[in-house]
Amino acid sequence: MKINSVKIISLLFFVLSAFYLYTAHQIQVFAFDEGAPFNAKTFPIYLGYAGMFFSGLKIVLPDKKPIEVDPTYLEFRKTILLVLTMIVYGATILKVGFFLSTSLFLVLSYYFLGERRWKYIIIFSFPFVAVFMYLLHGVLAVYLRDPLLKYLGIMG
Amino acid sequence: MIEGILIGLKTALSFQNLMMVMIGCFAGTIIGMLPGLGPMTAIALMIPITYGFEPATGLILMAGVYYGAVFGGSTSSILINAPGVPGTVATSFDGYPMAQQGKAGKALAIAAYSSFAGGTISAIFLLIAAPSLSKVSLSFRSPDYFGLMILGLTAVAAFSSKGNFLKAMMMCVLGLMLASVGQDTLSDIPRFTFNTMNLSDGISFVLVVMATFAMSEALTIIIKGNDPSKAAKQISLTDLGSIKVSKEETKQMAVTIPRSSILGFIVGVLPGAGATIASFLAYGMERNFVNNEEKEKFGKGSVQGLSAPETANNAACSGSFVPLLTLGIPGSGTTAVMLGALLGFGIQPGPRLYETNPDIFWSVIMSMYIGMVVLLILNLPLIPYIARILAVPRTFLIPMILFFSVTGIYLMSFNNFDIFLMIGIAVVATILRLYDFPMPPLILAFVLGGLMEENLRRSLLISDGSWTFLWNRPLTLCIMIAILTIVGWQIYNSFFKKKL
Repeated sequence: MKINSVKIISLLFFVLSAFYLYTAHQIQVFAFDEGAPFNAKTFPIYLGYAGMFFSGLKIVLPDKKPIEVDPTYLEFRKTILLVLTMIVYGATILKVGFFLSTSLFLVLSYYFLGERRWKYIIIFSFPFVAVFMYLLHGVLAVYLRDPLLKYLGIMG
Repeated sequence: MIEGILIGLKTALSFQNLMMVMIGCFAGTIIGMLPGLGPMTAIALMIPITYGFEPATGLILMAGVYYGAVFGGSTSSILINAPGVPGTVATSFDGYPMAQQGKAGKALAIAAYSSFAGGTISAIFLLIAAPSLSKVSLSFRSPDYFGLMILGLTAVAAFSSKGNFLKAMMMCVLGLMLASVGQDTLSDIPRFTFNTMNLSDGISFVLVVMATFAMSEALTIIIKGNDPSKAAKQISLTDLGSIKVSKEETKQMAVTIPRSSILGFIVGVLPGAGATIASFLAYGMERNFVNNEEKEKFGKGSVQGLSAPETANNAACSGSFVPLLTLGIPGSGTTAVMLGALLGFGIQPGPRLYETNPDIFWSVIMSMYIGMVVLLILNLPLIPYIARILAVPRTFLIPMILFFSVTGIYLMSFNNFDIFLMIGIAVVATILRLYDFPMPPLILAFVLGGLMEENLRRSLLISDGSWTFLWNRPLTLCIMIAILTIVGWQIYNSFFKKKL
């Protein structure tokens, strides 16, 4: 049996299913439900076994056409930077407000992906978000939390 | 039925709904045109917006997006040989050679007319089939529904990608696991919440769709270093040539369209099959039907080679709505997303939808047809302008997709936890995509998870814990035989066939 990335993913899935099965057994059901034909943990227990069964088969059985992904061709740096930017965006959107956090997220994302035309970067960030907010908040009456704009008196 | 059609027309032709069809078709065309982004992403991005509307209006918007995205996928297949969706791969076989011969406008027109004709014929089939099947499915019991859901999942797993059955089944289980997070619907007992309130209501459907489609597709484009706009820079998107189709070409299409429509519709109704298989089958069938002279032209710009898959994939789109509207069981990833959206509106599709919400039932069917008309009269003349979207560099495209995904979740929950969870699921989905783990089975399973558990609960309680309910009723037995046949065939294909 050759070890490849798909087998490793399947092994991780097997471990996840085993953990899921263990957690399913720990679900506290009502005393009168304990011996019932079906209770809150019945379905998850079957799922845990199903996950272990399919991932176990994938680990054991040979791969008909193994997939090779050459990591040298993958753009990890850009992807990681983008994910980190999203995490920071997610963390700040409620505190800083929609307008500033979204605009900065867009500016940073354009930049990290290689865009250097600042004219377009600016147009498709701050004014774009302002128009989007106007359409959502002003026209469609969808509430957008923005403490900063509220503090500045721009948004009610 | 006539009364229903009139109800549907009345709802679908109201000013607001007509605007929604047009906006949906337009937005869907643009998103569907971008390689890598298909109807599921297009619909997923629209869901948060639709929740602000009436259910019928929201669904009409999504139906427009769906058809627009399929049309957009054909456009990128023809113009730059980069199918936006797997269902339009067969379109590129003859569409792209035609574009290379300077007949891009004609190829787009043939694709549009074929899509329209295929959609029209299949909409008529849908009008006839859906109410009849609704009446039949009223006799279905919980074991039948449970069996049908397993059949749907197995079929989608089997057809999702060749040779990936086990991977697809793993994705099904993962989808069901994600669906089980949160309070149990009957006893309210928390499950897999790890003592956090954020998970007590379960994981939002929109969050999972956005993470596994919109966001992970965007991250996959980045990590693979793909640039959809590169191919577009090599051709002129403004001079596409004439869109006129000659009499002889019309005659050829007139022969191809009816048979491809019937094939497409039937394949679309089957769970798991969908537009991709329909288009390939139609292409193969057409090649066998034409004379030797025409056969030689296949792959080099044949009118019938282009018309057949385009007709079939649109017919299959309509066909895939039959199990969704009549049984409440989606047969494909895209209709699973639609089901999730319906449940979000508090509507349970199924045989009773026809009786309880006739306005929704009929307006969705009618709006599909109106969507086709809109695509033909609005999008076709605008293609030289819309096609420029293909040249949008990924440096702007990807951040916009991520922005719409995060904003969609933010607007629904105003909760950081949901955003972090979405990013986490998207990262995992991106890694899984790299190794060909299909995402549609995951979404289908996630949507069906609750219904499946509910039907299993009822079946087991009625049979006092015995699994004999799986073969007690002839219908359930037939469904189980179908499931075993699919699984058996997949195992045979995967592990034994090559040894012969």
